[in-house]
Amino acid sequence: MMSITQISLTVFLLFAVSRVFLRFRGGSLSLLGFVFWTILFNSAIIAVLFPVLTSQVAVILGIGRGADAILYTSVVILFYLVFRLYVYIKDIRLEITELVSKLALKRPKKHDRKTSKH
Amino acid sequence: MRLLIGIPAYNEEITIGKVVTSIPKKIKGITRIDTVVVDDGSSDHTYQKASKVGATVLQHLINRGLGGALKTIFAYARECNCDVLVTLDADGQHDSGDIPKVIAPIFYSHADVVIGTRWLTKSTAPLARKIINKLANVVTYVFFGVGTSDSQSGFRAFSKRAIGNLKLNADGMEVSSEVFKEIKRNQLRYKEVTIIPVYTQYSQAKGQRISNSINVFFQLLLRLLQ
Repeated sequence: MMSITQISLTVFLLFAVSRVFLRFRGGSLSLLGFVFWTILFNSAIIAVLFPVLTSQVAVILGIGRGADAILYTSVVILFYLVFRLYVYIKDIRLEITELVSKLALKRPKKHDRKTSKH
Repeated sequence: MRLLIGIPAYNEEITIGKVVTSIPKKIKGITRIDTVVVDDGSSDHTYQKASKVGATVLQHLINRGLGGALKTIFAYARECNCDVLVTLDADGQHDSGDIPKVIAPIFYSHADVVIGTRWLTKSTAPLARKIINKLANVVTYVFFGVGTSDSQSGFRAFSKRAIGNLKLNADGMEVSSEVFKEIKRNQLRYKEVTIIPVYTQYSQAKGQRISNSINVFFQLLLRLLQ
């Protein structure tokens, strides 16, 4: 029987996976990026659905107990927000550069006469 | 055959005039040589100095980085339909007398992209620069699968095919490695030609630093994951 935390986290993570897929389909995410983020979010889904696995991993890593639900949630949400923010900032930066470049290419027409013809 | 010399420049008022005027007036087999300087939002008199010596100057209203300036140069090269594009650094570290040597493999249809490499002969470059370059070459090979002796060289030549197909994305210094990604993606023929860099106190101060290299590495890593 799944707890409410498990259900809401799974739904959220599935939403994250869908966003990754849509970004990949839209061409703003590379294949490698798509694979990386898909593996990351799907691993999180597995960890949420089978918490025993995380306890086993925790034992292997010498932590001794699985991380609690609040910590899980925070990390997953932060990861997703960082991903969104990163893509968003990158898009804006590229758009600014494109704009600056286009303006530069438009403005110099009057200087064309000065083009050095050696 | 029409040649365009593209020079990205950011706060280079000291050297830009000399760099532009040093470009050869005639090169065998080239019918026309044009020079375009992209002033990447300089706060000094780079724009005025470059205009004064007769170059076409495209001015970025704000600083966008080396990659941004190169993107504008490529867009201009496509617009003016030139056959060969050569990019040079504005700090005077490249001897423009090497231009005929760098464009020769393109002129004879042996290559689409030629890099003027500083490292195939015994170099007098500072140790820090040698280490940075070696690391950058390894990263470029691991990330993009193209072996090179000088991934960070700003002295490059591109054929018409390369000019048309290269799609640069990066805004910063990581664009130098991104060129190799595009060489691989477009299956362009790549060659290296030895050049002798002119290291001055000024050009060394302007070059890549270790602190910046770490940033470039992370930018490349993020670029792979985006």
